[in-house]
Amino acid sequence: MSDDQVVPVEESKLKATIEDKLFLVKYKPDKESHIEVDQAKFKADTLKAVLYICPAKTYELNEETGECMVAFENCLECGTCRIACSEYVEWKYPRGGFGVQFRFG
Amino acid sequence: MSEEEKFDCIVVGAGPAGLSAALTLAKAGVEVAVLERGDYPGAKNVMGGILFTTMLDKLIPEFWKSAPVERHVTHRRFSVLSKDGEVAVDFKTAAYNEPPFNNTWTVLRAKFDRWYGDQVEEAGAMIIPGMMVSELLLDGGRVVGVKTEPGGDELNCDCVIVAEGANSFLAEQVGLRQPHDGKHMAVAVKEVIGMPQDVIESRFHLNDNEGCAYEIFGQAVQGTFGSGFLYTNKESLSIGIGSTIHDMKKNQLNPNEVLEHFKNHPAIAPLVRGGESLEYSAHMIPEGGYSHLPKLTMDGLILAGDAAGLVNASHYHEGSNLAMASGVLAAETVIAAKEKGDFSDATLAQYRTKMEGSFVLKDLKKFQKFSQFLIDNPHLLRDYPDSMVGLLTDYFRISEKPKAQIEKEVFDRFKKEIGIFNIAKDLYKAWRATR
Repeated sequence: MSDDQVVPVEESKLKATIEDKLFLVKYKPDKESHIEVDQAKFKADTLKAVLYICPAKTYELNEETGECMVAFENCLECGTCRIACSEYVEWKYPRGGFGVQFRFG
Repeated sequence: MSEEEKFDCIVVGAGPAGLSAALTLAKAGVEVAVLERGDYPGAKNVMGGILFTTMLDKLIPEFWKSAPVERHVTHRRFSVLSKDGEVAVDFKTAAYNEPPFNNTWTVLRAKFDRWYGDQVEEAGAMIIPGMMVSELLLDGGRVVGVKTEPGGDELNCDCVIVAEGANSFLAEQVGLRQPHDGKHMAVAVKEVIGMPQDVIESRFHLNDNEGCAYEIFGQAVQGTFGSGFLYTNKESLSIGIGSTIHDMKKNQLNPNEVLEHFKNHPAIAPLVRGGESLEYSAHMIPEGGYSHLPKLTMDGLILAGDAAGLVNASHYHEGSNLAMASGVLAAETVIAAKEKGDFSDATLAQYRTKMEGSFVLKDLKKFQKFSQFLIDNPHLLRDYPDSMVGLLTDYFRISEKPKAQIEKEVFDRFKKEIGIFNIAKDLYKAWRATR
């Protein structure tokens, strides 16, 4: 094989970003959120761990208002936020039949 | 609800604990309903992927002939990663190829639990999916039923077996446990990566239905208190990481980024290369062990499985077996209570006695100090892996340097970085922690 022949490399089917990974997950989103954030306590918290510790990056900072935005429909239902940030996150299970429905688990 | 429609027992959660309880109850002719918040048993259930099946084989003899299990594990591997290397203990044996296959199987829970649910229904239990128990109903301190969502329906029963998993809302409602603290609760994330069967078997040196289980410490989780894992299924790999929420929070780590770091480590990347991500999941693991066990019963209620914190978080990483055993013992307790016509705490407390007599609490008791030992000595998982790989890298480096000089330099480095006294002390403490 000469040097100028380029072998096409198949695009990796492994996912790296959280957006790509959540795309693989089957959800049945409810209309109402199962997550509440106490915005005043969130703003007062300096570490804001909920922004990085959630495996699904469900929580995002609104740079303008300083508030915590919650994409509850992305939640993988592990409950980590409830343990790590109990001061300002109130997390419950979604109502029966809603939320994540794992195909492999 | 009328008196006729009252169940003898309601089980909350269709996981290994809840389904094993329901199966045992149904076989004994007890009227039991399993309430599951997912669309089917397994829809919400996640674990790394090793199902230990000593209990299952008793409940459903030779289950492997019909159950959707993936591979039986004949190859165990424990290793530590440094930033660029790995040191491993590797064990395999064909002795595990004979029934009951060492009671160790890789499974995908959404598939396995669904099958298990079918067996439980066939035995006569009722499984009601899509129903989340939001609250326990109490009458003068006694549990008399459950309230469900959506709908707010109330179901009555003589006894509730709470097998709701790591998020133990109901146990907290009745004061049996406090919300966990982050030092004794781990968060784990996992990916199922599709790969052709022949690639898996040649890449991991497996014959036919053999499988392997890799447990990987150190830089797998960036030196935190946790580990990575890699298990082979029939046509996929289960790969993931887990660490205590305390360590993740303190080190400002995102679980998915830790998993990506692990997947891209030079020792791991060739194992997953060419695969196709099929699903991503997350779950918590209650690792408090024996010293953090809640009170397991009250009037009309028994806790089982993860809801009771029944996880052996030592290198054995056993949870499913303990869950199944606790479900069976909970059911046996309920059967005896029904015969006696008494579901008071005094009668149900027999459950704790049964558990103390079984491997469930014997194992948790044996390892109760082990987790604390690792928490108290973070250098073991943070610093030792780098030192070990560094020492071996120097030892095996080929040059014109005389071997005697290399040995002396490596030994000097060992004395400086680890020290004979320190390693002797750590080994002694580790041994003490498992007595």
